[in-house]
Amino acid sequence: MKLRLTSDAMRLLIPALSMTVLLAAVFWLQPRAMSYFGLNLLLNLAVPIALATIAQMLVMAVNDLDLSIGAFVSFVACVTATFLRDAPLIGTLILAGAVGVYALIGVVIYLRNLPSIVVTLGMSFVWAGLAVLMLPAPGGQAPDWVRWLMTVKPPLMPMAIVASIVIAIVAHLIVMRSSLGVLIRGVGGNQRSVERAGWSIIAARAAAYGLAGLFAVAAGIALVGLTTSADANIALRYTLLSIAGVILGGGEFTGGRVSPIGAVIGALTLTLAGSFLSFLRISPDWQIGAQGAILIIVLALRLVFNRVEKRGARP
Amino acid sequence: MAKDMMKAVIEVDGARVSFGAVKALDGVTLSVMPGECIGLVGHNGAGKSTIVNVINGGLTPQEGTVASDGERLDRYNITIARGRGVRCVFQELSLCPNLSIVENTRIMHHELGGFGWRAKAAKVIEKSLDAVFPGHGIDSGQPVGDLSIAERQMVEIAMAFSDAGIAPRLVILDEPTSSLDASLARQMLDHVRRFVASGGSVIFISHILHEILETSDRIVVMKDGRVVAERPAGEFDHHRLVEAMGSVANDDAFQRSARELAAAPVVLKHQAAGLPFTARQGEIIGLAGLAGHGQTELLLALHAAQSNSWWPRRDPLVTFVAGDRRLNGVFELWSILRNFSIASLGDLSRGGVVRTADEAERGADWKGRIEIRTQDMDNGILSLSGGNQQKVLFARALATRAPVILMDDPMRGVDVGTKQEVYEIIRQEAAKGRSFIWYSTEMDEVRLCDRVYVFRERVITAELVGDDVNETNIIAASFEGVAA
Repeated sequence: MKLRLTSDAMRLLIPALSMTVLLAAVFWLQPRAMSYFGLNLLLNLAVPIALATIAQMLVMAVNDLDLSIGAFVSFVACVTATFLRDAPLIGTLILAGAVGVYALIGVVIYLRNLPSIVVTLGMSFVWAGLAVLMLPAPGGQAPDWVRWLMTVKPPLMPMAIVASIVIAIVAHLIVMRSSLGVLIRGVGGNQRSVERAGWSIIAARAAAYGLAGLFAVAAGIALVGLTTSADANIALRYTLLSIAGVILGGGEFTGGRVSPIGAVIGALTLTLAGSFLSFLRISPDWQIGAQGAILIIVLALRLVFNRVEKRGARP
Repeated sequence: MAKDMMKAVIEVDGARVSFGAVKALDGVTLSVMPGECIGLVGHNGAGKSTIVNVINGGLTPQEGTVASDGERLDRYNITIARGRGVRCVFQELSLCPNLSIVENTRIMHHELGGFGWRAKAAKVIEKSLDAVFPGHGIDSGQPVGDLSIAERQMVEIAMAFSDAGIAPRLVILDEPTSSLDASLARQMLDHVRRFVASGGSVIFISHILHEILETSDRIVVMKDGRVVAERPAGEFDHHRLVEAMGSVANDDAFQRSARELAAAPVVLKHQAAGLPFTARQGEIIGLAGLAGHGQTELLLALHAAQSNSWWPRRDPLVTFVAGDRRLNGVFELWSILRNFSIASLGDLSRGGVVRTADEAERGADWKGRIEIRTQDMDNGILSLSGGNQQKVLFARALATRAPVILMDDPMRGVDVGTKQEVYEIIRQEAAKGRSFIWYSTEMDEVRLCDRVYVFRERVITAELVGDDVNETNIIAASFEGVAA
């Protein structure tokens, strides 16, 4: 009886498995990666992606999709490299305002019954435009504390791994353990029933989008901490990476079925897939296609798993 | 009696609600006293669910007032209703399938906040589950999506009776026993009596009449959005209750013409669970029984067996009329004509190009034949009333060359006049040799059929032919094994 895993635990199995396989493959190709320094180099770019993935996951938890996340992270990176360094107060205010705008978008999407894809796609141009206004050419500089945070060398484990674990734990606490997280996932699962229980759907959606904005801001700051300077197009590919990360991590597009731990693993897996292909000496022209192939294989595995699980559930 | 002195938990006075042209509630007055169980019965579409929605605050009546404890509530809504201890178990699933039982409890009870709410919520729901369904064996940490349908329903019922600070005072049970087996239903009904004895109130809606008769103190019969009878349960018996619902009165309204079809060729065969299913040419076959007992599944299976999932057939044997218009019937953004012609585009095109002149001609032809009330077939489908939208869906199916038409309770929410017109079309088409396989939740429609298969627990349990197709036999077959 006790051996039967819940469907949530099954959901984590595939992402964990695929990350392990990729990690093993990378180590086999390049044994020198198996060190403190090597692991950090391998995984540090996964930290901002993991944060962006958590942000995307929060939006997906209420059955929406955020296509502006890449542009938004770029915008935040530009703010971080300029205002947050030169005038911390104004910079902080701008970022807080941006989070507020995110929450507002969530409310507008719900109230006007608009498709989230269209609204966020529109917003992506707004964020991209603002970013270009701030930094027409690549430049700026990371604030010292951000730089310190991203390059600190904790004992035992490199920063990339510590940060990933912290992100996973914090997101897990918010999304899976807290009342607010339950409410947000409830909206994704059965909005009518949450409404009938007397909750404000507007507040729940605003909270989901606001939290997403918060994690996306963290992603932008973390990214500048790694790159030391910013560019208006620095994170455009995060939009698709974050969606892929959520799905890879066992989340689903609808139904409020998400997993924060899975999402972080998904982000790590995507980063590893990039390094793996480089170690294989596949030319960058083919890498995106090969990355897509890896994604398809993992998702196909999951479909097979789901099918097996369903067959097992029906007596 | 002392009850006269007490104030009603909820009192609805003269509630009127209409959705477009359909009057869902036409001046309903209902008061619920503490310590009583009200049985609410009526045919499909009598307005039961609407009055339930008014009472639980989900719907504000266009006219009429809601009062509670003798105090008139002008701004009544879900939150106020819950604050006064009104709880509801809905017909359809109203839990979040992606959340665990404990998490669902958290959603239902606002009071359960703060640190360590999981432990509190688990205690609340487990206590209630143990009280209603002793020996249930449900682990409250499981996601609801992993539960069986009966278990989900048990959790919903226990959820309504659970107490996390605001005690339940009025519990509305809308068809709560539909997916419970006899012993679980017994446990629930016993709990209802215990709850009522301790001063709580229950509104109990069920199509299983003996449950209503033995559990309720007072029975309210609704028909066409009105209360047509309201008496203590002791003054009703099974027969009188059915009579009050008004289904016997119009016995002559629809006369089935007796037809001899036993010799007609068989067009469709299917071995489902239970009795084998066959359809003959020109036959109107009814699928009856309680709603959700496998009728739709049979229709889908018939459709799946006759169609190829890779490539459409040149000459399809079957076509489908959907029941849930909004969900899988109409293309909301398309015109009436496009909605009509979509199923027969193959016949209307040459070389992959639709001949618009033919399309318009055929549209105009069918518009006249089934009287779609519109000036212009190019108007949007949503400009039509629900009944006329349904007619378009019928025309869509009838305009194909398929000899067998599957109908999934298509007359839901259609007005009487339109129904009569569609019945006539069905009769004409059947006379021409088309077969109809018709799942209906309405007794009047089932009695139009030449032959009826009755479903019980996803199995065909009875086949009624000719004069045996009547309400008594169908009800008897539908309730087989439950009433005992």
